[in-house]
Amino acid sequence: MSVVPRFDHGSRVPGWDESVDLTKDPAVIPDKETTPVPPELRQEIESAMAKYPDRRSAVIPALHAAQAIHGWCSPEAIHQVAAVMQVTPAYLSSVATFYDMFENRAAPAGHHDVYVCTNISCSLRGADKILDAMVGAAALTEREVHVRSFECLGACDIAPMASVDGEYVGPLTPEDTRQIVEDLEAGRPVLPDKQLRYRKNADPGVAEEAGEWSPRDDAPRADTAGLTDATADLDRPGPTAPIEMPAEEAAAQEDDE
Amino acid sequence: VKLLLDRIDEPGLNTLEVYERRGGYDSLRKALEMTPEEALEQISESGLRGRGGAGFRMGQKAGFLPHGNMEKYLVCNADESEPGAFKDRELMQKNPHALIEGIVIASWAAEINRAFIYIRGEYQHQADILEAAIAEAEAAGYLGEGILGSEHSLTLVLHRGAGAYICGEETGLLDSLEGKRGNPRLKPPFPAIEGLYHGPTLINNVETLYTLPFIFRMGGEEYAKLGTETSAGTKVVSISGDIQRPGNYEIEFGIPAREIIYGLGGGPPEGHEIKFWFPGGSSSPVLTKDDLDISYDYDSLAKAGSMLGTASIIVVDDSHTVLEVAKKVAGFYAHESCGKCVPCREGTNWAVKMLRRVEAGEATPMDLDIMASYCTAIIGNCLCVLGDAMAMPIGSMIEKFRPELEAEIEAARQRADAVALHDVVPLGVADPHAGPMPVHTAR
Repeated sequence: MSVVPRFDHGSRVPGWDESVDLTKDPAVIPDKETTPVPPELRQEIESAMAKYPDRRSAVIPALHAAQAIHGWCSPEAIHQVAAVMQVTPAYLSSVATFYDMFENRAAPAGHHDVYVCTNISCSLRGADKILDAMVGAAALTEREVHVRSFECLGACDIAPMASVDGEYVGPLTPEDTRQIVEDLEAGRPVLPDKQLRYRKNADPGVAEEAGEWSPRDDAPRADTAGLTDATADLDRPGPTAPIEMPAEEAAAQEDDE
Repeated sequence: VKLLLDRIDEPGLNTLEVYERRGGYDSLRKALEMTPEEALEQISESGLRGRGGAGFRMGQKAGFLPHGNMEKYLVCNADESEPGAFKDRELMQKNPHALIEGIVIASWAAEINRAFIYIRGEYQHQADILEAAIAEAEAAGYLGEGILGSEHSLTLVLHRGAGAYICGEETGLLDSLEGKRGNPRLKPPFPAIEGLYHGPTLINNVETLYTLPFIFRMGGEEYAKLGTETSAGTKVVSISGDIQRPGNYEIEFGIPAREIIYGLGGGPPEGHEIKFWFPGGSSSPVLTKDDLDISYDYDSLAKAGSMLGTASIIVVDDSHTVLEVAKKVAGFYAHESCGKCVPCREGTNWAVKMLRRVEAGEATPMDLDIMASYCTAIIGNCLCVLGDAMAMPIGSMIEKFRPELEAEIEAARQRADAVALHDVVPLGVADPHAGPMPVHTAR
């Protein structure tokens, strides 16, 4: 989302609505042959285009790829994607400004993105404090850590949570935000004990009715996603939802009903 | 009964090896032995209703697609963005092959040869897992040309979105998949007649497709016996908010909501009471603690003036004010409105501004009536239901918690009166989460 520049008192800075120079011709589709494009980006976009009946369907994957290289959807990145896909830069800009995950403000390549969920379930559990703490923690580091409040990330079971470079972590406390920044600085996995990927299902019935087949001895443990590589520490339990209800509580509830 | 979540924490279930050892892809074999008509009949017989929100019968929806030799598309809607919903995330992460199997079965029943999974961009881990699972299924011959020696072929492409709630709306999703901004389309023509790339398109939620292998394993008739008469089967319910044990639980339709919230979720934190709850994500009108004994299924919730939606229960306890939650709800929809239809684009932003007025002590109880009236003006007047999704919960909060909101208005007014008369209160500047439009006012 682009932000209209404003004075401190709220009025719009003059010229904010003069978006184009009307004497100039509109940007045309860049030439495919002469536009310099990093070969890996070209290849990624071309393989994405091959997957769809209409090449324009690859716009979102292509912009993701360009953003990964350039750090944001810069005019240069847009120009390169336009050259490979043979669409106008304006068309790409229209798409890039619609979606929240595309950065339309300058950001260096290789920066870290932290999305703090501040939607209902997370805010009921104190997400606004987490966001403030995260902004504070990010300001203290030399690394480029971009913190944004984000709409529901689809992990309300670990509320309040955040997505750190795509890795979901939670439930967070304000103190955890320091640790997140430290982990990013050290280049290690972020808050490994709070990563969503290791969380087990909360439903007690799932564990109870575990059936006739038991896992092989060499089957990877704990990581139900199975994406762990062979060298990683496999026996990492991670936080599990408490599944048993204390007996007195269960009794009290039956009374209620 | 546990179907969808059955032993879902089994290590390595996301690999083909473990899934096959469990009897995975046997349902597909069964389905491919039938004719497409027979397979469709099984789906209709099961009474399976869409799990994405609208609750439309899947068999009927698949039956709307024209027959004959043409480019038809199947799109799996994995753009799970409804606040409170996180069931698809867990299903895709832990058992991706069940989804792929369901997609192949559905494509056979509707005679479709090209399928897409539209997954929201934030689910990177889940997308990686699905990508790996699709490659495995392709290598094993469950996808591609002549699946398992039959005449059916299917290509499946995983498409990652980039963060937009509106792309969970089916026609918005189609536009996004075509590489455009995710703006909803005018209906009719419905996607079943003219959808993706102008071809007939069947769009289903992840959980709907994920259920198909289980239906074919037990038979449609047997599946229909689960749950209630009009809401057949089981459902994964996501519980979150002020609750002791948040998470995904599988229930049979028709159990009382109290059993879900207290029995499974453990109720609100100790010392607190439930104030209200969203039965089906933030788009559903709220229910209060008096409605807890309601049977949890599509029709009972509709009768109670709410909806099952995505079956995402958000519990709000008495430590939060209604205003606080209303502001979050309205702010979310104002941010996510795509801007195509005026009632939604303006209405959602109005709601945010009016709620900020309440907070700033500038509102009167009459403002609640104004809010309620334009909420009804949004409903049904837009191309999609995003505006309705804001208007319904906000309207229900005003209706059910009017005394509290009026007290809030009065208290805020008194607070504001204590501020010096000439003070300029730059609203929105003090609040780091405020939307793009700071409202300025001199008192």
